[in-house]
Amino acid sequence: MFATLEALSQNLQKHLGDRVKSLKVALGEVTIEVDAADYLTVMQTLHDEPELCFEELIDLCGVDYWSYGNVRREGRRFAAVSHLLSISRNWRLRVRCFAPDDDFPSLPSVTSVWNSVNWFEREAFDLFGIVFPGHEDLRRILTDYGFIGHPFRKDFPVSGYVEMRYDPEQQRVIYQPVTIEPREITPRIVREATYGNVDNA
Amino acid sequence: MPELRNFTLNFGPQHPAAHGVLRMVLELDGEVVMRADPHIGLLHRATEKLAENKTWIQSVPYMDRLDYMSMMCNEHAYCMAIERLLNVEVPIRAQYIRVMFDEITRILNHLLWIGCHGLDVGAMTMVLYAFREREDLVDAYEAVSGARMHAAYYRPGGVYRDLPDRMAQYKESKWKSAAQIKPFNDVRSGSLLDFLDDFVSRFPKLLDEYETLLTDNRIWKQRLVNVGIVSPERALQRGFTGPMLRGSGVAWDLRKKQPYEVYDRVDFDIPVGVTGDSYDRYLVRMEEMRQSNRIVKQCIDWLRQNPGPVMSDNHKVAPPDREAMKSNMEELIHHFKLCAEGMHVPEGEVYSAVEHPKGEFGIYVISDGANKPYRLKIRPPGYVHLSAMDEMVRGHMLADVVTIIGSQDVVFGEIDR
Repeated sequence: MFATLEALSQNLQKHLGDRVKSLKVALGEVTIEVDAADYLTVMQTLHDEPELCFEELIDLCGVDYWSYGNVRREGRRFAAVSHLLSISRNWRLRVRCFAPDDDFPSLPSVTSVWNSVNWFEREAFDLFGIVFPGHEDLRRILTDYGFIGHPFRKDFPVSGYVEMRYDPEQQRVIYQPVTIEPREITPRIVREATYGNVDNA
Repeated sequence: MPELRNFTLNFGPQHPAAHGVLRMVLELDGEVVMRADPHIGLLHRATEKLAENKTWIQSVPYMDRLDYMSMMCNEHAYCMAIERLLNVEVPIRAQYIRVMFDEITRILNHLLWIGCHGLDVGAMTMVLYAFREREDLVDAYEAVSGARMHAAYYRPGGVYRDLPDRMAQYKESKWKSAAQIKPFNDVRSGSLLDFLDDFVSRFPKLLDEYETLLTDNRIWKQRLVNVGIVSPERALQRGFTGPMLRGSGVAWDLRKKQPYEVYDRVDFDIPVGVTGDSYDRYLVRMEEMRQSNRIVKQCIDWLRQNPGPVMSDNHKVAPPDREAMKSNMEELIHHFKLCAEGMHVPEGEVYSAVEHPKGEFGIYVISDGANKPYRLKIRPPGYVHLSAMDEMVRGHMLADVVTIIGSQDVVFGEIDR
């Protein structure tokens, strides 16, 4: 296990060089971070290079780092995180790429490299508002037809803004402002790093 | 000559062959499908967003409701992700129980799949047989967790409780006489393991019965053979996993290649298809049920001989037992903190995947050290398979669309999340 991670890290450094902004090995997984400018070429290399050979893109998701650690975060906010899998080499890799502009987050689409990313990019666009230029069919996918906003952003309330009901007078389904009072039963608490440490138990 | 136009057809969302709430806009040229555009999200419940607002343990029941046909496998991926972040050791007996129930879940899922797939394609009898066997397996679910579907049985650190020594009995009623319920109660007279042992000894024969109904059936083959062929290259490009990938001839199974829990200690084989059509995927899944049956048998034998704890004794993660809690101050504090605030998971991120009956089911969690996940991403296998729908149905007849939906084994709980 450790040997394969080591080999993967070396191959990554060999073929990607300084295009890898950071390489981290933690919990038996390798994570690399790349710049948005290098994103597409890095992904192409990861797919094509026989020493890396990531045939499958398992997952791509948006992440909003707006309130990470319960503090308002400085710096860039949106990232796309992909999980790659190599069938022939039997290893996995996580690639994180931050979108440069918070007001209009945008990253190149990798649909040409892996076709399976199609719906994942649509989902990241739908839920986080990350735009993927180069994607042929960037429509909303999970939310309702005509939905406004990007619901998985951290500043979007859990109960949403509108609710739907049947109106007997107009005899049709209507939208109205949400009537749910937001409540939080267990508050979100971040304690010092050693607090929940299972080794202390 | 009159102008010919393609015909656009709305398939679903309330179509019985749509397996839930799939809406597909099909563009037809005569009876041939030129383009399929699946519209999903009608069952979207924002599970991932809800999980960000719940403590770690409170999200376990949400996992059941993702793929509501293979409940415990979903919990498994979620619990494994938390355990890896916390670096908690799961007792060996709990690992065996998990493997056993993962395989029971696989049989449950495939039985439902063969029933519904048969129903879609025209083999009406299958669903009745499949549900007869499912009944026994959901009884096993009920015996360990109290719920027949949404079990919430796996917990971070192990499983909720040990296997029960006795099974629930049928009672005589005005619809069922004593003579009718006797055979049911006879197999339920021992412990859960006795009951399952009886099931695994019966099941291969029942599978043979299913196969005599379908495998060489002329109509079944006419509907399935050479429908929805996916080449191995396309399957990889489209991110297929599980039986969909193995049906195309790629021998990839996480249980063998990246073993988790005790899969490296049990003996089983991986069936692989040849042509990558719907019929091969059918054969692969049928063989998977036989292999699952083998694994369950091995787990039963091991579990009989090796009693032990089924939950981690680390009380930062798992609640202490009731007795200790009533007599011991420290245990009481642990219980209070766990139930009021929840466990704190150290900062980090992890992706944990299991070989789910439908493919690779993954949970990606980012923790910022709080008592709730910062971001939870579910990687549903069905979502990826459905995204290849357009490619798979192009050029096929309208009736083949139903076959392909069936052979993809889609369930909307996981696709829409």
